[in-house]
Amino acid sequence: MSADHFISIEGITRRFPVGDGGETTVFEDLWLAMRRGEFTCIIGHSGCGKTTVLNILAGLDQPSAGTVIVDNQEIAGPSLDRAVIFQSHALLPWRSVLGNVAYAVASKWRRWPRAEIEAHARKFIDLVGLAGAEAKRPAELSGGMKQRVGIARALAIEPKIMLMDEPFSALDALTRGTLQDEVRRICLETGQTVFMITHDVDEAIYLADRIILMTNGPNAVFAEIVDNPLPKDRSRTDFHRHALYYGVRNHIIDFLVTRSRGFAAEADAFDRRRVPIVRPGVPEPMIASGRKPARARPVTPPRSDLHVEGETP
Amino acid sequence: MTNSFALRAALVSVLLFLAFILAWQLAIRASGPVQQMDPEYAKLMGASATQGKSAMPGPLEVGAKIWDHLRDPFYDRGSNDKGLGIQLAYSIARVMAGYLLAVAVAIPIGFLIGMSPLMSRALDPFIQVLKPISPLAWMPLALYTIKDSALSAVFVIFICSLWPMLINTAFGVASIRGEWLNVARTLEVGVFRRAFTIVLPAAAPTILTGMRISIGIAWLVIVAAEMLVGGTGIGYFVWNEWNNLSITNVITAILVIGVVGMALDQVLARLTRLVTFPE
Repeated sequence: MSADHFISIEGITRRFPVGDGGETTVFEDLWLAMRRGEFTCIIGHSGCGKTTVLNILAGLDQPSAGTVIVDNQEIAGPSLDRAVIFQSHALLPWRSVLGNVAYAVASKWRRWPRAEIEAHARKFIDLVGLAGAEAKRPAELSGGMKQRVGIARALAIEPKIMLMDEPFSALDALTRGTLQDEVRRICLETGQTVFMITHDVDEAIYLADRIILMTNGPNAVFAEIVDNPLPKDRSRTDFHRHALYYGVRNHIIDFLVTRSRGFAAEADAFDRRRVPIVRPGVPEPMIASGRKPARARPVTPPRSDLHVEGETP
Repeated sequence: MTNSFALRAALVSVLLFLAFILAWQLAIRASGPVQQMDPEYAKLMGASATQGKSAMPGPLEVGAKIWDHLRDPFYDRGSNDKGLGIQLAYSIARVMAGYLLAVAVAIPIGFLIGMSPLMSRALDPFIQVLKPISPLAWMPLALYTIKDSALSAVFVIFICSLWPMLINTAFGVASIRGEWLNVARTLEVGVFRRAFTIVLPAAAPTILTGMRISIGIAWLVIVAAEMLVGGTGIGYFVWNEWNNLSITNVITAILVIGVVGMALDQVLARLTRLVTFPE
């Protein structure tokens, strides 16, 4: 139970008041479970409420209804267990690189002596490849280096989950690629659980174990969970040559281009609690019998309270 | 390039200064009509009537006076004849007392207003009404309540330096970027640690700008306040020398007030640069 439901989003709804007393529902009754050590990407159009979901996970925003449970505890506000990597890096410009990371470390371990705090901070600055830049101020760093500091700051508090809000979207393609490699390496090494928002389909396919497709708001839903069929040891240089790559990519892009808009039409029998899991590109038995599926079809969710797919061979 | 630019600017400054001194010297040349009169009467009339000499001192006289003051700034020959240094020391002490008192009040209240939208709304009408009052208008009230002219001057300085600092602190605190506060929240930073490690450094440049405006206003107001309360200080000195008809001393004092005001402003500018962070 807890292995599959390390993070469990249970029926969260978020409404915002709008002018003259009305309110708008960004999303309603969302259900989702994430495993420990899993890298989840969420993809959807701007304004669908991805950032609101992330803010609720971070504890920076509260759902109007529903709850989120992390490691068997209900989220009641921001916590050092859940580190956030902000899109705009949100570094404190009056502190050095070391000062920024050490500030987070000192917030987690309040009784540590200064030397221990700095040694711990340096370890994570080294990890993101910024050794030697400890004394620099954020203003002296490039965008990619700033985001590295943000990642080091998040990792340094050794959180249970990392929440990333489009962390690489402001970076140039080359820097973005390097940072994706770093993040993937670090997450694989440390077994970090990650929830990340992205707009970049390739980024999602490269990084994520599972990709959540979210429909357009208002009243957005998690439409599908795409189980990434690419091997775990994929590399950025050639993962796009993998036989299943285009199947996944086309599935996601089809969703973003057409299905995300009119999803309500498909949703007659849609069960919000059991979001269908799809494995695009995986040959299915029905092809052998001569029937041609128009697109990847949902794997039938197992009968359980919350759908989580069992291990597929 | 920048070097020669600075040099050229300095050259122009020097030329303008020399032109001004020359114009000044020409303007006070003996030019008036000289009347013949009884020598006893002439003694009463002064140089402008008897020799056609202007009562306005020339730059050389003022220069000599400044030199005198610089050589002996701290003499004390009774209550109406103290050195310029002593008078300045009184003024600066009053400004500092009132100003620091205002810092101690304005920054905490500014924090409160900046952090609490409720207090911001609630205090706004008071600030809006009190802010435009000329600080000197408080003088009679201060004299009546405090019953001490020196302390009343300090109070006037306090009240005039309060507002820019209060408003700038509140603005600086209220306009902190939400993401920095979110960083503090996700790191579970407590209220006091957040105030000192996030809010204060983030708002410091704005707060210091308010403090710089305040010290300028305080230095403007002290001269007027001391003219009213009398006794000591550079403002009293100006008024006293006017009563003595010593225009030379008045001009000297004006220059000294300018130089001290500039020094105070530069100190605050230096401090502002110290806390300003590049983004």
